[in-house]
Amino acid sequence: MTTVTPDPTPATSTTLTPPRTQTLTLTDLTALLRECAGEEEGVDLDGDVLDVDFADLGYDSLALLQVISRIKRDFGVSVPDDAAATADTPRALLDLVALDR
Amino acid sequence: MTPTTTTATTTTTTEALPRSASDPTWTELLDPVVTGVGVASPTGLGLEEFWAATVAGSSGLGPVTRFDASGYPCGVAGEVPGFDAAAHVPSRLLPQTDHMTRLALAVATEALDDAAVDPADLSTYAAGVVTAASGGGVDFGQRELQNLHAHGADHVSAYQSFAWFYAVNTGQVSIRNRLRGPCAVLVTEQAGGLDSLGQARRTIRRGTPLVVGGGVDSGLSPWGWAAQLATGRTSTGHDPAQAYLPFAPGAAGSVPGEGGALLVLEDPAAAAARGARVHATLAGYAATFDPAGGSRPDGLRRAVDLALADAGLAPHDVDVVFADGAALPAEDRSEAEVLVDVFGPRGVPVTVPKAGTGRLAAGGGALDVATAVLALEHGTVPPTPGVAAADPRHRLDLVTGRARELPLRTALVLARGTGGFHSAVVLRRA
Repeated sequence: MTTVTPDPTPATSTTLTPPRTQTLTLTDLTALLRECAGEEEGVDLDGDVLDVDFADLGYDSLALLQVISRIKRDFGVSVPDDAAATADTPRALLDLVALDR
Repeated sequence: MTPTTTTATTTTTTEALPRSASDPTWTELLDPVVTGVGVASPTGLGLEEFWAATVAGSSGLGPVTRFDASGYPCGVAGEVPGFDAAAHVPSRLLPQTDHMTRLALAVATEALDDAAVDPADLSTYAAGVVTAASGGGVDFGQRELQNLHAHGADHVSAYQSFAWFYAVNTGQVSIRNRLRGPCAVLVTEQAGGLDSLGQARRTIRRGTPLVVGGGVDSGLSPWGWAAQLATGRTSTGHDPAQAYLPFAPGAAGSVPGEGGALLVLEDPAAAAARGARVHATLAGYAATFDPAGGSRPDGLRRAVDLALADAGLAPHDVDVVFADGAALPAEDRSEAEVLVDVFGPRGVPVTVPKAGTGRLAAGGGALDVATAVLALEHGTVPPTPGVAAADPRHRLDLVTGRARELPLRTALVLARGTGGFHSAVVLRRA
C-alpha cells in the first residue's frame, strides 16, 4: 500500500508549480515600481514609503496593474484581480502577495 | 430627489455646456491667434534648429535607422535626430509612452513655453487640446503584440490599453499640462494637421480661450512601415536624394517621416488680456471631402476657394502657398492645375518644405503651418529641398534652391489626405 501513497514532496513538484524560493521585499517592489512606472519627481522610493499611499507616490491603478503583472511573472505568485484597487500602500500590496504563500 | 433639486441640476449642466452656433454669443467671426509654436522635425528638434535648416533648404531624409529596412522596397525616411526622451519626458511617463507621444510631449512643452503661458494661471477648463492622429503608438503597439504572440497575455504591458490608441497624444498632453478644457482627436490622414486647427478654432469660438492644436506622428517600425508602403504612394529605392521630389520631372512618390508641430491658439481678446506676443492669425480654414468613386471635381479647389472666402481674401492677396506636394505625377498635376486656375500661371510663390522631412502623416499639415508662421514672421519663403526646378508643364513658381525674401502678409497651406480629404488654412501676419 505504501507504494501508492503519493509522496508529499515529489521530485517533480518544482516543474509543476513555479519556484517560490524568493520572498517579495519592499526593495523588490520599489525596483519594480521604478522599472514599470518610473519615479515621480519629488518622490524618494528609497525613503520610508511602506505606509505611503500609492497615489501620493505618483502611481495610479494602471501603474499598479503593470507592477502586479510583473510580480506574478517574476515571483510566481497569484495576486487577486482587484489588488490594484484594494492595495493602497506598499505594505498592503506586500501583505496580499504574502497571503499567497 | 426633489423636483427643485432636479431643476437646479439641469440648469447647472446647461450653463456648463459650450456655446453653440445657435447661441447669440457664438463668436462666428473670431479669428484665433497663434501665440506659441513647438516643432519636432527630421530637419531639427525645436524652433531654432528647425527654422535654420528649413531656410537653408537642408534635407532631413536619410536611410532608415530605427529598424532594418534593407529588405523593404523603400529604405529612406525622415527621422527626428538627437531626441533624448529622458531629457524631455518625466520618468513616470516613459514606460507608458510610444516614441511619437514622447515627441508630442516635448513639442507641447516648447509651444507652451513659446507662448509664455502657464496653465496653472488659467481657470480649470480654460484650455483644451485637439490633435490629429493616424494609428496611435505604432512602435509600442507592435512590441506588445509581439509579446502577446510570443510569450502570452501576461507579458503584455498594461499601458498597451492606451499607448497605441489614436487619441493618446491628446490625452497625454492634456494630463501632463493640466489642459482640462474640451479635448478632441481627428483622423483625416495627412489633412489631419490642418483639420485639428480648424477644430481648435471651433472650440475657441465656443468659448474656450486657449487650445493646443496640431499633430505629432511617427510610425517608423516594421508594422508602421508596411502599412505606409501598402498605400502605394511611397517611392522605391534607398537614395535619399531621389526619395521625394514634389513637382519635379522625376517625381515618383514620397517617403514617410516623423514629427510635427503643436500650436497654441487663443481667443485674441484673451491673448491681449494676458499680454501675449502674437505670431500670426488663423484667418481662414476649410475642409472638403471626395466621396469614394467620386464623380465630383477634385475637392482641393473647393477647399482653396472656401478657405480664401472664409478669410475674406481674394487670390491676389495670397503671398505664398505651402503646397501638399504628393510627388505622384497625377496628384502633382491636379494640384498644380488648381493653383494655376486660382492664381494664374506662376502667379504665386509655391513651396514644399516637407520635401526635406518626408510626409509626417498626422504631423505634416501642422508642421507646414508652423513653417508658414515662421515664414510670415521672417519675411522668408523657405525653398523646396532637393528639387532643382519644377517640371515646367506645371507652370508653378516653385521656390527652389535658395530661400526667397519677401514682404509676406498672408500664407495659404494645403494638405490632402488619402481617402479623399482636402484641407486649407489661411494665415495672416500678426
